[in-house]
Amino acid sequence: MHELSLAMSIVELAAEEAELRGVQIEAVHLKLGALSGVAKDALLSCYQMACENTPLQGSCLVVEEVPVVIFCPSCRAQRPLNSVQLFCCPECGTPCSEIVQGKELEVVALEIQECAPNPV
Amino acid sequence: MRPEPRLIEVRKNVLKQNDVVARSLRDRFRAAGVFVVSLVSSPGSGKTAFLEKTLTRLRPNYRVAALVGDLATENDALRLARSEAPVKQITTGTLCHLEAAMVQIALEGWDLNQLDFLFIENVGNLVCPSSYDLGEDLRLVLIAVTEGEDKPLKYPTIFNSADVAVVTKVDLADAVEFSWKTAYDNIQAVRPGMPVLKLSAKTGEGVEEYLRFLAARLRQAAAV
Repeated sequence: MHELSLAMSIVELAAEEAELRGVQIEAVHLKLGALSGVAKDALLSCYQMACENTPLQGSCLVVEEVPVVIFCPSCRAQRPLNSVQLFCCPECGTPCSEIVQGKELEVVALEIQECAPNPV
Repeated sequence: MRPEPRLIEVRKNVLKQNDVVARSLRDRFRAAGVFVVSLVSSPGSGKTAFLEKTLTRLRPNYRVAALVGDLATENDALRLARSEAPVKQITTGTLCHLEAAMVQIALEGWDLNQLDFLFIENVGNLVCPSSYDLGEDLRLVLIAVTEGEDKPLKYPTIFNSADVAVVTKVDLADAVEFSWKTAYDNIQAVRPGMPVLKLSAKTGEGVEEYLRFLAARLRQAAAV
């Protein structure tokens, strides 16, 4: 159960960006690979806990799940994997160990609310 | 009226902090010429017995040391001390995995130049350690024959983060009707091409081959 510490890292990272840019964050967009070793549901509930008493309180986490894509040496092409239990090309059946995509654990975007400028 | 929310692109790896520390550890290991091997497995797969055997057998010919992660006790470090190699315990409290920074702290005061091999035993857990790079050269994932053949299918992520699979407690294989072929096929299904070793720390079966494998990897690393 390492999702809480990851959620705290996400909040910390987003809060830094928010302060840097002087904005209020409404949502954090995250790419989560199927091979990241992170459970989406656990991460979502930990996120709410991690936000408490931080500038991100009230924000939400939007998770985009990223499927595994492998490179098939026989087809010489990238293919989406059917199952993480079977690293074989779905077209020709060749065993594939080169992972092109699916390990992501990355904050990709922040949804922000521009802070209203101070009235003159 | 509230303005429309706006999306700004950031692209930041959540594990960046760990990865930065892991990279600096890796640089230090390379500079010192020490080959670093980490062990991951579920609790009870025989990591400590395996490591005790490893340290004892390597010690006459190589300078070896180990860091061992454990949730609460120092039992592992005490067992490993019998090998007479330098061993330090990292007690993680309730944390389910080791992080690069914990390795960095544990190494304070150690002269890495005096080592050929450093072993890092992770906390017994097949889930969380997979996300954390520790700066190691080689990650071994252990499965005991008593765990059944389907562990790779249940935990494909950790097998994908590892370089070599080691099947342990092979002296018990017959008693638990362990199918070597099924286990091997399952490992290859989740990680095609993964080298697989099998051994028993108790009887010594397969240990020579494993030690030759380690020595070859050390030579390869030194040649780079």
